[in-house]
Amino acid sequence: MTIVLTVILGLVVLAILGVVTARLQAGRMLVYGGCLVLCLALLVAGIEALAAPVAGLSLPIGLSLPIGLPMTGTQLRLDPLSGFFLALTGLGGAGASLFAIGYGRHEEEPWRVLPFYPLFLAGMTLAILADDAFAFLFGWEAMSLASWALVMTHHQEHGNARAAYIYLLMAVFSGLTLLLGFGVLAAGGGGYGFEAIRAHPPTGGVAATVLVIALIGAGAKAGLMPLHVWLPLAHPAAPSHVSALMSGVMTKVAIYGFIRIVFDLVGGAPAWFAVIVLVLGGITAVMGVLHAMMERDLKRLLAYSTVENIGIIFVALGLALAFKANGVTAGATLALTAALFHALNHTVFKSLLFFGAGAVLHATGERNMEKLGGLIHRMPRSSAAMLVGCLAIAALPPLNGFASEWLLFQAILLRPDLPQWGLKFSIPVAGALLALAAALAGACFVRAYGIIWLGRPRTIAAEQARETDPLSVIAMVVFAALCLLGGIFPGVVIDAVAPLVQGLTGARMERQLQDAWLTVAPISTARSSYNGLLIFLFVLGSASLTAFAVHRLASRGVRKAPPWDCGFPDPSPATQYTGDSFAQPVRRVFGAIVFRSHETVDMPEPGDNRPARMTKVTHDVVWETLYAPLAGLVGRIGTVMNRMQFLTIRRYLSFVFAALIVLLLVLAVRQ
Amino acid sequence: MPGLHYDIAHMLAGSLVLVSLMMLYQVRLTALLHVLALHAFVLAASVGWQAYIQQSPHLYITAAIALVFKGILVPVVLRRMIFRMGVHREIETAVSIGLTMLAGIALVALSLQVMLPVTAAVDPIAREDLALALSVVLIGLLMMVTRRNAVSQVVGFMSLENGINLAATGARGMPLVVEISVAFSILIAFIVIGIFLFRIRERFDTVDVGALDQFRGGRS
Repeated sequence: MTIVLTVILGLVVLAILGVVTARLQAGRMLVYGGCLVLCLALLVAGIEALAAPVAGLSLPIGLSLPIGLPMTGTQLRLDPLSGFFLALTGLGGAGASLFAIGYGRHEEEPWRVLPFYPLFLAGMTLAILADDAFAFLFGWEAMSLASWALVMTHHQEHGNARAAYIYLLMAVFSGLTLLLGFGVLAAGGGGYGFEAIRAHPPTGGVAATVLVIALIGAGAKAGLMPLHVWLPLAHPAAPSHVSALMSGVMTKVAIYGFIRIVFDLVGGAPAWFAVIVLVLGGITAVMGVLHAMMERDLKRLLAYSTVENIGIIFVALGLALAFKANGVTAGATLALTAALFHALNHTVFKSLLFFGAGAVLHATGERNMEKLGGLIHRMPRSSAAMLVGCLAIAALPPLNGFASEWLLFQAILLRPDLPQWGLKFSIPVAGALLALAAALAGACFVRAYGIIWLGRPRTIAAEQARETDPLSVIAMVVFAALCLLGGIFPGVVIDAVAPLVQGLTGARMERQLQDAWLTVAPISTARSSYNGLLIFLFVLGSASLTAFAVHRLASRGVRKAPPWDCGFPDPSPATQYTGDSFAQPVRRVFGAIVFRSHETVDMPEPGDNRPARMTKVTHDVVWETLYAPLAGLVGRIGTVMNRMQFLTIRRYLSFVFAALIVLLLVLAVRQ
Repeated sequence: MPGLHYDIAHMLAGSLVLVSLMMLYQVRLTALLHVLALHAFVLAASVGWQAYIQQSPHLYITAAIALVFKGILVPVVLRRMIFRMGVHREIETAVSIGLTMLAGIALVALSLQVMLPVTAAVDPIAREDLALALSVVLIGLLMMVTRRNAVSQVVGFMSLENGINLAATGARGMPLVVEISVAFSILIAFIVIGIFLFRIRERFDTVDVGALDQFRGGRS
């Protein structure tokens, strides 16, 4: 506990140092190096808290500080749940800091980043550690504000200021919603401390209100549809290591907030709420990956993929709630384990992918994948790491993404026959949506990797790309190795989160590490099992054999090929398959409904010299149907209210007078 | 003689409301100022009577302040002002006297309706005083809202303050410090408004506040 407090203090000190030394070369080393060390300490403290033999969540390592609200102070607590998310924050933060030591060299205005980066980490740590509503919201808002400042780093670039504005609006919305939720929670037990709330959990309508508010508040921060609109705008606008933190860690803090309120403070939810979470999660997953599929901007693609993964995690959480509401403890345990495991995995591979995007951005100055290509020859080490990241996020064995999604599907297949009709429908539907999302995610990352790293460079910038600096490569390789390790040894993570899951659902999964071959069997070996190590060895062996066979047995003679060669006769790189052409089938299938997209072909008459042109138009349906009318309404109200600024003194007096009279009348009538 | 105490206090407070209503139908500024002076005299008498029946000598000071400042000084200065500005013959375009009077009567009814049930447990003198004081305040506000001339808005403001004074003295045990500070702040406000009146007059050649609005930029 003292370690974590020291870390928070250290991060604040680093933020101050960041202000002072931002213009020095050493300042960057100091701040990022310091953050790296402190995040590693967080990781250790978090793992320690997870491993501590704690019976349920009731035996805290708590601490009360005499700062904060009067009469309340600040309550901090390190239990397995916060320990897990602390470890996750420490892991993501350490990786991003290591990457930033090298990557931050290219930052043109480091004084816009260095002071806020440690504050961002400190805010997330405080939010996770808090044991009263005030400290939680304080950390939550510090996290939002610091990350807003980081999004504004390159504010001169087109669109970034708007992205930051929308982000700030949504962050304020989320914070206020949670404030409301905690207010409702505190009204029951008469205190803002989590201990007091836990002692008097809300019931009936109050509980329902709190659940919905928690879903909206945490969902807005995590990027749940339709509250995700800020995410694909804000995450790409920040510097890449910050994008990695925002996507990889900040969304997880939002998940933490949801779990803390719904599972811990309210203590479970009725079935109808589970249905809502399941359906929203499924829709979020599919819509997120569809948007990612359409996206040309690499960092925006990754941000939409974050939306997809948040959807997957929410499906798992909804499933856990559904099982818990029906007393199927084994299912709840399995689903919650899958959610936590996937959150961890997403932190690892999304951070890795954003690091790679940063490396590409630095090497070429391009985020648009249609202007990249062939980077595998120019940045071989980053490409290898990115390949692992893409495979992991596409959920291919033996990597970690597969392990967690497999666990989730096991949970879905466990008991499709729950008594409530809503669940009877929504669990299979969510499962189908997840399967669709997983397949589309595969396509999406084949497209991203193929267009950016394979083929030939489409522009001079891509042709002249260089490998990024060694420290960044080390950060990427470490995370790629973590992806692999997480896939080969999923039992380690499952066993590590078991005490935390036991505290929330009342049961723990079987110890997975007792098996000699490290086989993971979530329910029983007879039903289903997964052995990452065997698959890894098989993949390794068969791939090596194939490579050997190809190299050994292939003929070395010169082969002649026809000039018309798969539509690729022209040496110009523009004739290559593009990202848009790769996405076209998916766009055609889903386009009319999901994107209201249409294509127009402008074919010149014979004899006309101008080129034929094909235009595609896609719409962001959520933005246009939900946000644009809302913004318009606010604008119109603003215009009307603006007249109030320019009234005469007599009119203002009349308003005061009229208000007074109305109040007096109310008083006269009511008594 | 509690019966007589009550009756006289009630009568004086009622007279104050009556004078307030009289203000509403004065269209000429000089006449309005005379009524304002009368208003202050009635207030002074009422406060003096309260001082006598409550046997609190400091209220005599309040009564003296009301008499000297509000009854003599302020009306005289305002009178000089309007003569210097040459607006003493001006006829005000108020909302419409009949309507304003009706509104004033309705306000008196409203304040009685609000105050009497609320203060059921209080000493009857204070009770009536509070209700009538509220109506004086409301009528003062009504005056400020319906008049367009800056001088009559000042008059409305002064009468509003008289109402507050009445309420304060009717309730027992108001400290002298509060009393004096209220009087003093009113004086300051009066000075400030007087200066503004001259500034407005210098700029726009009129004290009709409607004229100010024509000179304001940025109306949409």
